[in-house]
Amino acid sequence: MTIARHGLPLPAGTARTERALAGLPDALRAEWTKLRTAPGTAWILAAVCVLTIAVGAATAAATRCGGGTGCSIDPTKVSLTGIEAGQAVVAVLAVLVISDEYSTGMIAVTFTAMPRRWTVLAAKAVTLTSLVLAAAVVAVAGSLAAGRLILAGNGITAAYGFAVVSLAHGPTARAALGSVLYLALVGLLSLGIATIVRDSAAATGAVLGVLYVPPVIALFLGGEPTWQRWAERYTPMDAGLAILNTTGLRDLVISPWAGLGVLAGWAAAALLAAGLLLRLRDA
Amino acid sequence: MTATIAPYRPPQQDGGDGFAPLLHAEWTKFRTLRGWVIAIVIAAAAIAVVGVLLPASGQSHCGSRSGAACLALVPTGPGGEAVNDSYYLAAQPLAGDGSITVRVTSLNGLISAGNGGFVGPNSPPPGTMRPGLVPWAKAGIIITGSTRPGSAYAAMMVTGSHGVRMQYDYTSDIAALPGPVSAASPRWLRLTRSGDVITGYDSADGRHWTEVAAVHLAGLAGTVRAGMFTTSPLDFTPNFPTYAEPGGSLSASVATGTFDDVDLRGGAPGGRWAGQNVGAIGANYAGPRIGLRQAGGRFTVTGSGDIGPVVAAGVNNIFITGTLADHLFGVFIGLLIMIVIAAMFITVEYRRGLIRTTLAASPRRGRLLAAKAVVIGLATFVLGSAAVAVAVIAGSRIAHDSGIYVLASGWPIEVRVILRTGAMLAVASVLALSIGAMLRRSVAAVAAVVVVIVLPYILGVSGVLPASASEWILRVTPAAGFAVEQSVPQYQQVVGHYGPPDYYPLAPWSGLAVLCVYAAVALGLAAWLLRRRDA
Repeated sequence: MTIARHGLPLPAGTARTERALAGLPDALRAEWTKLRTAPGTAWILAAVCVLTIAVGAATAAATRCGGGTGCSIDPTKVSLTGIEAGQAVVAVLAVLVISDEYSTGMIAVTFTAMPRRWTVLAAKAVTLTSLVLAAAVVAVAGSLAAGRLILAGNGITAAYGFAVVSLAHGPTARAALGSVLYLALVGLLSLGIATIVRDSAAATGAVLGVLYVPPVIALFLGGEPTWQRWAERYTPMDAGLAILNTTGLRDLVISPWAGLGVLAGWAAAALLAAGLLLRLRDA
Repeated sequence: MTATIAPYRPPQQDGGDGFAPLLHAEWTKFRTLRGWVIAIVIAAAAIAVVGVLLPASGQSHCGSRSGAACLALVPTGPGGEAVNDSYYLAAQPLAGDGSITVRVTSLNGLISAGNGGFVGPNSPPPGTMRPGLVPWAKAGIIITGSTRPGSAYAAMMVTGSHGVRMQYDYTSDIAALPGPVSAASPRWLRLTRSGDVITGYDSADGRHWTEVAAVHLAGLAGTVRAGMFTTSPLDFTPNFPTYAEPGGSLSASVATGTFDDVDLRGGAPGGRWAGQNVGAIGANYAGPRIGLRQAGGRFTVTGSGDIGPVVAAGVNNIFITGTLADHLFGVFIGLLIMIVIAAMFITVEYRRGLIRTTLAASPRRGRLLAAKAVVIGLATFVLGSAAVAVAVIAGSRIAHDSGIYVLASGWPIEVRVILRTGAMLAVASVLALSIGAMLRRSVAAVAAVVVVIVLPYILGVSGVLPASASEWILRVTPAAGFAVEQSVPQYQQVVGHYGPPDYYPLAPWSGLAVLCVYAAVALGLAAWLLRRRDA
């Protein structure tokens, strides 16, 4: 008996089981269809954009500098504050990509159709990342535009020596590109953690805990500067958000790209552990 | 004619419809889910363990002694609070009632140039100090019980940039004539003593006097010291304007007040003005300028230090201080776990369809939500308060034993902080439950409660934002509730870093009120949606 699959004739015999990620195009199409047709996806992507831009704009609106001099405001960083909120929504999307399947039992169907678990995980990662990147571009562009308008209205202008928020400005362009990548990496980290944890609510709590708890711990480690520096250098959110800085780069405990690299390392480790667990555990 | 037919209503049953069985049902649901019980116990443990262990590092040293033995050196004022009490005094004994009147013609100062990070008395080499007056440099007249640091006192003074003030017993500060003092616009100051009551007056012309205040100093000795004083706190220039992270350079400063027309009534006949550097350990400048110079009827008094309460992260602190808030780091972690559980307390019922059974058993939906709110609120309040009690009580004792002066400790304050923080955890949990009831999906609810409650706190305290934005966030978002952790008051007359974790822009109860408003609105909205929507 042959199983006809959508648009693709089944290759004869067992010759198709050669490469590790064989069947990736099929898996990608399957994951894309699932994600595209889930009712929440569009709303969540819209929420990423709206929350990021709204929090950034509100922060910019609350940013004052008495007389415009004597305070060191990083206009780009202030405009992109919303990333810290938007990442929570990205995490939700990433968690749902895998946890929803566990909560509905869909995962059994998925693995029946595509028994190669690494392939499934890779396909989920690719579809998720492409959607997050698209939303992140909109969110970051909107935040920078809002920040540019609002901060100028608050007197944070070039006349007082502040860099105008503009992509023509090298560090700002780096922060913009970096924050788009940051959101994508947060998505991958969340996907990894959610695959490990499986339960959707617990996974969301775990992801947000991994993101939000270390910065506060680092803050309260003020009495232990060594530990504080360590925490700011090697925890996912603190290190990753170093990419937002456009001023005072010499005072950073980790350089912008290295910080993003640390986050990438966390994401890779989470995905690796997730893949191994997917292989080892029963679904 | 139409007849209205009353729809059939089952007779009210005893026992099945009351609020108590509903509470019991919800409590059973909560208590029998092992994962939740473990999680909420972990939350409480995090609060307690982090609060006790994290800050308890280091040991203070003072001379040959260390640890708690150092704390005996901290002067305490009449109210028992730690104080700074360092100034140069030119005084005479005053037996019984009397008064002192002076004219102040100038207040000048010097600030050490670029001395970042320095704390403690020093003597900058000549030529390294520039003219400058710190905002709270003080010169004036004082009546004090003794020259022992921490004595009861009342004083009238001119200040660097806050006009004439009357201050007494360290914590009290009353504004009087505004504007700076100069030879062209001198200030006349007067203090009179009558029993335990000291009355302060000021005048811009020496003829028309205004009473500033009459204050009662409990237990003032029969013979007190009355005289002229000058002091000048460290100069603080903030260089990193975030709300959470104190940063700036501290520089030694010294001030000189010039007095004439000195009139002491009730003193010993022919008494001489004797100079004394009171509490020299708290002076931030110890150079040769310090002292009293007298020429005819003109006195110049030069001093350094401060007279006022010790505040957390105050620039003039010479001892390691801590507050109860230092032991509440874990509250944030506990809160994160508790609000996730609170949100799931209702969302999981939707996932498995249990909500339909629940609503069939108790069709009054508002009541159901109220029962859930009571259960989750009480559970988080009881566990949270207990955990905070361990953190605060054990943590501050350990800090004390390692030589940290815990400001504003003692049972009444500790109990208030414990109950307030427990209440904050409970109200935040009710807010999370309401958000869960509105969103119905676990993932969305968990993310929403974290974004609404935890994220503003991070943005407010972590120093990633400019001070103005951080302060705004801690006023208007649910994170305002963290103000309950404050145990020490702010004093505008003391320069310090008034930011988290010790200080918040709102007072403790106001901050809790902001959180309560959010919780009440969310609970109302959730009840309305629960009634209106199909389950």
